[in-house]
Amino acid sequence: MVRTITYREAINEALAQEMERDESVIVMGEDNAGGEGSPGEEDAWGGVLGVTKGLYHKFPGRVLDTPISESAFIGAAIGAATAGLRPVAELMFVDFMGVCFDQIYNQAAKFRYMFGGKAVTPVVIRTMYGAGLRAAAQHSQCLYPLFTHIPGLKVVVPSTPYDAKGLLTQAIRDNDPVMFFEHKALYDMAGPVPEEGYAVPFGEANVVREGGDVTIVALGRMVHTSLEAAEQLAAAGVQCEVVDLRTTSPLDEDTVLESVEGTGRVVVVDEAHPRCSVATDISALVAKKAFGALRAPIEMVTAPHTPVPFSSTLEDLYMPDAQRIVNAVKTVAEWTR
Amino acid sequence: MTDTVERRALTPEQLMSVYRTMRSIREFEERVHAEFATGEIPGFVHLYAGEEASAVGVCSNLDDRDTIASTHRGHGHCIAKGVDVSEMMAEIYGRKTGSCHGKGGSMHIADLSKGMLGANGIVGGGPPLICGTALAAKIKGTSGVSVAFFGDGASNQGTTLESMNLASVWNLPAIFIAENNGYAEATSSTWSVASDNIADRAAGFGMPGVIVDGFDFFAVYETASEAVSRAREGGGPTLIEMKFTRYFGHFEGDQQTYRAGEVEHARAELDCLKRFAARVIETGELARSDLDAVDAEVATMIDKAVDDAKAAPLPTEADLLTDVYARY
Repeated sequence: MVRTITYREAINEALAQEMERDESVIVMGEDNAGGEGSPGEEDAWGGVLGVTKGLYHKFPGRVLDTPISESAFIGAAIGAATAGLRPVAELMFVDFMGVCFDQIYNQAAKFRYMFGGKAVTPVVIRTMYGAGLRAAAQHSQCLYPLFTHIPGLKVVVPSTPYDAKGLLTQAIRDNDPVMFFEHKALYDMAGPVPEEGYAVPFGEANVVREGGDVTIVALGRMVHTSLEAAEQLAAAGVQCEVVDLRTTSPLDEDTVLESVEGTGRVVVVDEAHPRCSVATDISALVAKKAFGALRAPIEMVTAPHTPVPFSSTLEDLYMPDAQRIVNAVKTVAEWTR
Repeated sequence: MTDTVERRALTPEQLMSVYRTMRSIREFEERVHAEFATGEIPGFVHLYAGEEASAVGVCSNLDDRDTIASTHRGHGHCIAKGVDVSEMMAEIYGRKTGSCHGKGGSMHIADLSKGMLGANGIVGGGPPLICGTALAAKIKGTSGVSVAFFGDGASNQGTTLESMNLASVWNLPAIFIAENNGYAEATSSTWSVASDNIADRAAGFGMPGVIVDGFDFFAVYETASEAVSRAREGGGPTLIEMKFTRYFGHFEGDQQTYRAGEVEHARAELDCLKRFAARVIETGELARSDLDAVDAEVATMIDKAVDDAKAAPLPTEADLLTDVYARY
C-alpha cells in the first residue's frame, strides 16, 4: 500500500531528496528557515507555511534566509543558476511578482534565446497562489497566465501531492527556468505519494476521470472542484472526462484535443480571471483545432474580472464552485442546434 | 584611498595588454559610431568611448573564475572581459556569426564561457544577477569574484540598492562599479542622485565606498585590485564610483543638447589613453613606438572585424524558433 502524505510534505520531500541527490541544489527565500540572526530558535518557521521546515539543519549552508528584497534574491537565484547551481527560490506569494518580475521575464526567460543558445538557467521559483483563505486582493491571485505568456519560462500548477512531488522533482532537474505554483488551500490535502524519488514529465496532462459526455479541462485546485462536480453529474447521468493540465507551459494540446474529439463538448475551469487566461487559451485551442468535433459552444467557468474580495461572502461568490461547473456542463450537454 | 595603496607593479607585457584592450575598445566604438551613421547597423547602440579605464582597470584584476554583468553601454565591458571582438561586431550587425547568433544585438552581447553575463537592456538588471554568481562562487568555493557595472541612472534603481544590501548580508564576493558618466540619458546625475556621491551610499549598506577618477587607469586598477583581493579573501563587497564622461551621446543619434564643451575638454585634457601613454612613456616602461605598433595592429583588427561582419551571413527563418528552451 502506498504511503499517504500531504501536498506540503510532498513538496518538502522533493526538495530534500533532490538536495540529497545533487549538491548544487540550494533553497532560498524569506524565512525559508526563519530565525536567522534572532536570539530564538533556528529554522523557526521553515517557510511562512512550513513547507521548507527541517531542510535548514539537514543541509547546512544550503538553505538561505533572505532580506525582504525579492528583486535581489530572485535575481540572485537566477544568476546562481547561470553559474552552476540549481537554486529553488521561494517567492512567498505570487502576488509579489510585481517587485521582482523584471528578473524573471526580462532576465531568466530570455537568456537562452538572447545569448544565442549559450546559457542554461536551471532555476525554480516556487510560489503560492489562489484564493480561499480570506487573504484578500494582494495575497490570493492566480497569476500563472502572466507567466505562461512569456516564452522561455515553464509553468507548473500541480493539483495533488503525487504531482507536487513529481513535478517539483522534474522542475529542479530541468535546465530551463520554471515557475512552480502551489495552491495555499491544498497544502493540507493528503494523497498517495511513493517514498522514492520520481519525476513527472512536463507537458503531459493527466486524465483524472474518464467519461464520454463532456470534457472538463482544469488545473490546480480547480481539478478537485471539477471532480466534485463530475461526481454530482454522474449521479444525474452525465459522464464527464476531467483533464488536469498539470503544466500550462509546455501545454499538452493532444490530450485536450483527443478528449474533445471524443465528447464534442467542453467546459474549461480556471480560478484565474477570465481575460487572456488559461481558460481563453484552451478555448481558442479547441475552437481552432477541434472545431469539427464540437457539438456545443465552449463554456468557461472562471473567477470574475475583479480583484479577489476579502469578505467571506464575497470571496465565496468569487471562487468557481462545483455548482457553477455543474451548470456549465448541463448547458453544453443539453445544447442542441 | 588610492594614494595610500602601494601600486602593484604591472609588467611591461601587462601594460601592453592593458593598452591594447583600451585601444581596442576605443577603436571599436569610434568605428561603430562611424558605421552607424551609414545606416547599416540596426537598432539601438550605446557607446563606451571615454570610459575605457573603468572596464579595463577593473577587469585587469579578474580572471576566468570571475563573472561580470554589464549594462546597455556594454561593448567595453565585453572586450575587457575577453569576448571575441569579431563576434561582437558581427552581433552588432545582426549576423549569424555574432556572439549571440544575431539574436541579442548590441544590448545583449554575452559570453558565459568568459564570465561575461551579458550587456543588459534593463537599467539595474545586473546587480541582482551578480549576487547570484557571487553566491555560487562562495558555495562552490571557487574564490571567484563577481562584478556589476552599472551607471548613475541604475544607482537609483531599487534592484541596485537591494543587491548591495543582500551582498553585505550574505557577505558575498561582489563588487559594485558605479560608472557615473554624468548623465542618465539626458538627465544630469547631479540632479538625479540625491546624495553628493553615489559612493556615499555604501555606508548605508555596510561596505566601503570609494570614489575614483574614472579617466585614470592606474587609479581604477589599484582601487579595484584592493576590492577584488578583499572579496576573494571573504572580506565582502565594495562600491566603487567612477567619475568621468562618455564621449558620445546616450545612444547613437543623440544630439546632446543637454551639454556643451565637456567632451572636447575631456578628450583634450583627461583622456584615459593619452594619460596612460604619457605615464608609461615617462617611466620608461613602454616606448612610443610600442604603443604606435599596438594602434596599428588594433586598427587592422577592427577593419577586419567590420569587413567580416558585413560579409557574414544573416540568420535564417530556421533560427527564429530555436533556443527558446534547453528542452520543451
